[in-house]
Amino acid sequence: MGPCLRRGAWVFWLAAFFLALPLSAAAQDRLPPAPYAYEQLRDPAKEAQAKALMEELRCLVCQGQSIADSDAPLAGDMRHEVRSKIAAGESPEAIKTWLVARYGNWGTYDAPVDAAAAFLGLGALALLARGGWLAFGRFRRGADDAEGGA
Amino acid sequence: MKNRWVLFVPLAIMGLLFGAFIYRLVTPPETLIRSQWIDKPMPLFDLPPATAGVEGLKSSQLADGRPRLVNVFASWCIPCRAEAPQLEALKAAGVPIDGIAIRDRPDDVAMFLREYGNPFDRIGADMQSSVQIALGSSGVPETFLIDGKGIIREQIQGVILAEHVPEIIARLEAMK
Repeated sequence: MGPCLRRGAWVFWLAAFFLALPLSAAAQDRLPPAPYAYEQLRDPAKEAQAKALMEELRCLVCQGQSIADSDAPLAGDMRHEVRSKIAAGESPEAIKTWLVARYGNWGTYDAPVDAAAAFLGLGALALLARGGWLAFGRFRRGADDAEGGA
Repeated sequence: MKNRWVLFVPLAIMGLLFGAFIYRLVTPPETLIRSQWIDKPMPLFDLPPATAGVEGLKSSQLADGRPRLVNVFASWCIPCRAEAPQLEALKAAGVPIDGIAIRDRPDDVAMFLREYGNPFDRIGADMQSSVQIALGSSGVPETFLIDGKGIIREQIQGVILAEHVPEIIARLEAMK
């Protein structure tokens, strides 16, 4: 009875898995990618600018990746947006400012140094300096004790 | 050792750290990216109709004096189906709703409207997510509360649930 029941459950989950597959496939749009999602710009200098910018922009759907690395449709559309703007003569800096105004600093991997970033970076240095100072004081005291004891 | 309790300080610090790690394991940080384009005017756009028989959407139409919702959705978005009854309820309460269909095909939009109802006054087709990006929106469904002057006042990320409906009506009422 027991093993039979377990096999029933196993078949149930397997069936559920295969039934769920077309559902997840349906959660994708059916449009072809935007023109510049997978196509480079003709001008190699502009493509290099676009590529450098795309590598420092975060994919909003798959947040560990840049839009240059991601195959998410929204990342493709963002690449199209970046390449179109570069082709139209906008500077990478202006495009980045435009996107940060919409998605915040989280939208880029190269966030500007604001108060929070300065605290993170300088805080670590300050703690290291404090630790070094403490250690130095302790070592010197140890050396003094050793001399006094001799 | 004058005060042996001092010896327990490192252990206490370890305990606190351990607790912090467990806390973050159990409740992961929120990964939604909020739009920063709030209290700012609607970006300029002019979207064609998303399917036959509906009107397209122009940003200039969103400043007619009546506070409204702009719902960013897609026929391929499964949570958007769950949101349809709440949009119907908002429409029934007199809330004007416009739609922006993301990366969608006209026949798919038509099928979606047939099946789940059409609470939209107008539906623009955003084929390359350009308006979605200009709004700082990072997914579907999302809903923006727009005041009568076409200024974006609030962003709702994810499905509007039944319990959110009265609050949304009140917020829009307050913008009048």
